[in-house]
Amino acid sequence: MSKLFSNENKAAFTNPLNMDNPVTVQVLGICSALAVTSQLKPAIVMGLSVTVITAFSNVIISLLRKTIPNRIRIIVQLVVVAALVTIVSQLLKAYVYDVSVQLSVYVGLIITNCILMGRLEAFAMQNGPWPSFLDGIGNGLGYAAILVIVGFVRELLGFGTLLGFQIIPQSWYVVNGGWYMNNGMMVMPAMSLIIVGCVIWAHRSINKEKK
Amino acid sequence: MAKKFICEICNQTFEAASMPDKCPICGADSSHIKEVKSKGKGINTNSNVYTVVYASVMVIIVAFMLAFVASALKETQDANVANDTKGQILTALGYDKAAINVAEVYSEKVQDNLFVDGELKAYEGDFNTTYGALIKNGELHVFTATTAQGETAYVIPVVGRGLWGGLWGYIAVNETKDKVLGTYFYHESETAGLGARIGEKWFQDQFIGKPIFDENGNVALTVVKAGAAQAENEVDGVTGATLTVNGVSAMVKDGLTTYAKFLSGDECPVEATDEKSQEAECEQTDVEQ
Repeated sequence: MSKLFSNENKAAFTNPLNMDNPVTVQVLGICSALAVTSQLKPAIVMGLSVTVITAFSNVIISLLRKTIPNRIRIIVQLVVVAALVTIVSQLLKAYVYDVSVQLSVYVGLIITNCILMGRLEAFAMQNGPWPSFLDGIGNGLGYAAILVIVGFVRELLGFGTLLGFQIIPQSWYVVNGGWYMNNGMMVMPAMSLIIVGCVIWAHRSINKEKK
Repeated sequence: MAKKFICEICNQTFEAASMPDKCPICGADSSHIKEVKSKGKGINTNSNVYTVVYASVMVIIVAFMLAFVASALKETQDANVANDTKGQILTALGYDKAAINVAEVYSEKVQDNLFVDGELKAYEGDFNTTYGALIKNGELHVFTATTAQGETAYVIPVVGRGLWGGLWGYIAVNETKDKVLGTYFYHESETAGLGARIGEKWFQDQFIGKPIFDENGNVALTVVKAGAAQAENEVDGVTGATLTVNGVSAMVKDGLTTYAKFLSGDECPVEATDEKSQEAECEQTDVEQ
């Protein structure tokens, strides 16, 4: 049991949360960070879906890693990911239809997410199933954390709400005689990259001090 | 993971985690040390035959799995889709589809009809879940129903295109067919948090009570820029989703226009422009639009 949580395995899980964050350090998965973060809820849903899919595709590739021919390894990885996502979405459609409707937009985004390919290529191809599973969970959560930060800022400043609940009091708004206006820029996709840039800046300057 | 190395000077093999600086046995420089690739341990995974066979087997297995999953789950999925479509129709009628037994309430309150030759006839076939092709073929479905408030209503299916993919919706109109009682819109793949917000209740509820026609009898219900709705038949759009909102606006207008004959009892529906046999006076009114 102690071997399951050895320092190396712990590192596989915790590194991507901070020092080796997939978005801010590895700069993977930027496109989906742009697509789903205009509100907090889709950001959370996307983060969790990517976590689950990364973990399980990592495990499958890790189990197959010794048999995969080197020259077609990327194709094999892609087939595994696409098949996994499709089967999961079919199961959701049959047994939890409401969830599948919520997720339908994300299915394509998950398959093409570079975090999956990046982790399969960089970690699962060299490591055993259990560390790969932890690495997948860690990277998924690291990705989710950035998405949630960006979604939080964009929804709060762009719509004045969080998870659909009004946070900025209605009486502050100009239409109601106040002084406040939602920042329309925040709703635009370009803003998410600027926020990610700010997060990277903050993250790097904090970590520089540590070193 | 220990790798095997061989030194070309002393011809000895040894194990190390990575390429050593010098041979641990005779001390020769690292340029004389070669890594030994473990062979004979079964198959060479780099050979062409292996690669081709691996790819073929993998593709066949995956194809079989996907086909199996798809066909095994098809029935349940279709039932879910039908149930969800009924739920969407009920949502347009003001019911909360999460709080009711959709199948039960639907069979009790809603009647599926076809609009043929100026009158409604009960529809006998299987329940449809998509209406785009049917409307194109002139098979106009109209659902007669009772709303959650107990009013008599007609529900009209509409289809259109948004920014990324299809849109569809159901519009409930009142008994005199001139006012909207409720709507339901949804989309295939609009941007989450922006275009996807047309599927939210606050957007759909804005349509309630809006008149369908202007004073000339033309369909006038439109969606405009967020916050710009002034006239009685204008509805606020969604910020940051102009193209999706334009799609909704066009869908509502086209959908209601297709059903103009049903809604106004008028003999000249706009779709008649396609029909050659239509009389000249009819076409004139169409051109004006």
